[in-house]
Amino acid sequence: MGEAIVITSGKGGVGKTTTTANLGTALALQNKKVCLVDTDIGLRNLDVVMGLENRIIYDIVDVVEERCKTKQALITDKRFDCLHLLPAAQTSDKTSVTPEAVKQIIDELKQEYDYIIIDCPAGIEQGYKNAVAGADKAVVVTTPEKSSVRDADRIIGLLEQEDLEPPKLVINRIRSHMMKSGEMMDVDDIVQILSIDLLGIVVDDDAVIKGSNSGEPVALSPDTKSSLAYRNIARRILGESVPLLNLEEEPGLLAKVKKFFGIRA
Amino acid sequence: MSANSQLVTIKGTRDGLTLWLNDQCSYDSILQELEEKLSVNGVDDDQPMIRVTIQLGNRFLTDDQQDKLREIVREKQKLVVEKIESNVMTKDEALSWKENTEITPITKTVRSGQVVEIKGDLLLLGDVNPGGKVVASGNIFILGHLRGIAHAGASGNEGAVIAASYMKPNQLRIGSQISRAPDQDSDGLYIECGYVDEKNEAIRIAPLQEVMKQKPDLVSFERRMLNG
Repeated sequence: MGEAIVITSGKGGVGKTTTTANLGTALALQNKKVCLVDTDIGLRNLDVVMGLENRIIYDIVDVVEERCKTKQALITDKRFDCLHLLPAAQTSDKTSVTPEAVKQIIDELKQEYDYIIIDCPAGIEQGYKNAVAGADKAVVVTTPEKSSVRDADRIIGLLEQEDLEPPKLVINRIRSHMMKSGEMMDVDDIVQILSIDLLGIVVDDDAVIKGSNSGEPVALSPDTKSSLAYRNIARRILGESVPLLNLEEEPGLLAKVKKFFGIRA
Repeated sequence: MSANSQLVTIKGTRDGLTLWLNDQCSYDSILQELEEKLSVNGVDDDQPMIRVTIQLGNRFLTDDQQDKLREIVREKQKLVVEKIESNVMTKDEALSWKENTEITPITKTVRSGQVVEIKGDLLLLGDVNPGGKVVASGNIFILGHLRGIAHAGASGNEGAVIAASYMKPNQLRIGSQISRAPDQDSDGLYIECGYVDEKNEAIRIAPLQEVMKQKPDLVSFERRMLNG
């Protein structure tokens, strides 16, 4: 029996879909059976980020309306046999499924998979209710912006009313130089306000955008900081204790030489 | 009780007149005697209004009966009833006094969009985040960060205060007064207390210790007796 994790944020554009795709990929890298579920009906993106858009035949609305079996709607990932995607419908809207129907699908998937990662739409209406209905755990994604932290706070309040474990926090798109100069809220401030456990931090990285555009989640690449961050988050979900990544930029060659000679950079 | 003894005793004090009403006779006979007594003495028109306190002793009067009493006094002379005092009260009144002076402890983080509303004093063990709101008919004490909105004395008590371990609110409201945070980003204050300044009729913030010196009876049950 697997567990279902909903990725949510309240605010749009903070990186829920990217986090879902990369977390799913990182868990698959650890040889876990993972199913990604996109509940953003009408504005589906997860299939694009995963590079699986043109393989969609059936979607979640087809499953709910019993036009196909759940298994028929699942798409197997290009890279991993243990990673599947249940895509959202693009032609209907969020009211075409109910929380009960989603819960039923998630419960069915939990029999087969180790992890079900549910991509939640922005907002706190029907789509959000659908997404959290079947979940056991929640991950709240925020960026170090006030508006995003406000919405995350609101979502955490709403999640507390659900029958879930206390949600965990992922802080996305961190710009270390802005945090250092005080122009951006820093990690400690955000954790203090939201007062939930921190699951991971992800730096703002061009490679993430490149990965989303090419349908190759950045977690697949071995050497970028963001990729490492996502893989660390996956390891923490698996129960490992992994320290947070150091936000400091790696010193360049010149700085290393200067340090060697005792010159202050 | 002899028929001759006075049912209504009028006494003059520095603050105006006090009418002592006998609490053993019937309500109707009080009204009757009151009307007789007050119609006797004529007062010149150019004199100012006189404030009257009515002492009921151990008599309980309903609101309607009190209104009737006020009406009679008001009609007859240049008198205006300031307050009616009685030694007795109903259970409902007593319960609402108690409710409004009890401290309710709550342990939670009040997040954006959440509202905690209670009667009496609130003792919150936790933060009020921006966009969150706490409302109490009495005082508000927050052991945590106040970053949202706090409304003390919500039923009109402007003597109430808002104290917090860390004060950086969106807004403070006491009774019908509202003050908001300055537009420039400022650091919060530790162990501060917001209260309504009697002179300025505005909300001020001062260190908790100073406000407590000004309002020593802040949390006692007796403050209801004193303030009515």
